Amino acid sequence: MTNETRSASTVRNVRTDIRVQEADFSPPDEYQAVRERLGGAAGAVASFTGLVRDHAGDGPVSVLHLEHYPGMTERSITAIVDQAIARWPILDAVVIHRVGALAAAEQIVFVQVAAGHRAAAFAACEFIMDYLKTEAVFWKREAAAAGSRWIEASGEDRARVSTWTSASAPAEPR
Amino acid sequence: MKVDVRFFASLKDVTGCPGFALTLPDGTDFEGLCGALDQRLGAAALTALRAASVRVARNQTLEDPPFQLNDGDEIAFLPPVTGG
Repeated sequence: MTNETRSASTVRNVRTDIRVQEADFSPPDEYQAVRERLGGAAGAVASFTGLVRDHAGDGPVSVLHLEHYPGMTERSITAIVDQAIARWPILDAVVIHRVGALAAAEQIVFVQVAAGHRAAAFAACEFIMDYLKTEAVFWKREAAAAGSRWIEASGEDRARVSTWTSASAPAEPR
Repeated sequence: MKVDVRFFASLKDVTGCPGFALTLPDGTDFEGLCGALDQRLGAAALTALRAASVRVARNQTLEDPPFQLNDGDEIAFLPPVTGG
């Protein structure tokens, strides 16, 4: 649990828990915890877990190194979650992002959103994840047998984010 | 005045260090800082730091140059982020 930083805020009485840490995390524990926190208030809990792939475009990957900017990284995630809270009637949001060296198949990122109904939970979870890819302050370096390289920002990720601001964005349930 | 300069990810490789403190004349602006970085790190590093894709943060908040520097500022050069 070294190097873990947490930030919690309450916007519109939404509980948020943002963690940047080297340690692994347990999605089942997070799910149980939100059920205990909210009881029957939440009708839906949506979550996403990102894993380290064992391959990239040009071959196998042995280790991924994640760098961050302590302080600014946590604030960048908080800003993303606050946007989701402003946009959907969610009740509880948890974001965990790991840093340091991660081997293939390890868990890297976790987003969990609870809401009264599924549409808000699904949409906010996907929104947070899409913005984590393009706005949160992290950098990935891939180490493979051939050497290591910094991963370049993906045009596909940027395109996904732009859908949230375009006319084709999913309807926002209230 | 004194400012802290920080480099992240690929820019740390280009500059060969995570950052350093710089003493600059009072009233120096971002251009003046870049001049000091050019002298210290060389033209190739400065070109990388000033690439269009690189964003600048002042005291951990993104800020588009030009701007005036204040004593104690932390100026960070951030390549495109790739988290998630």
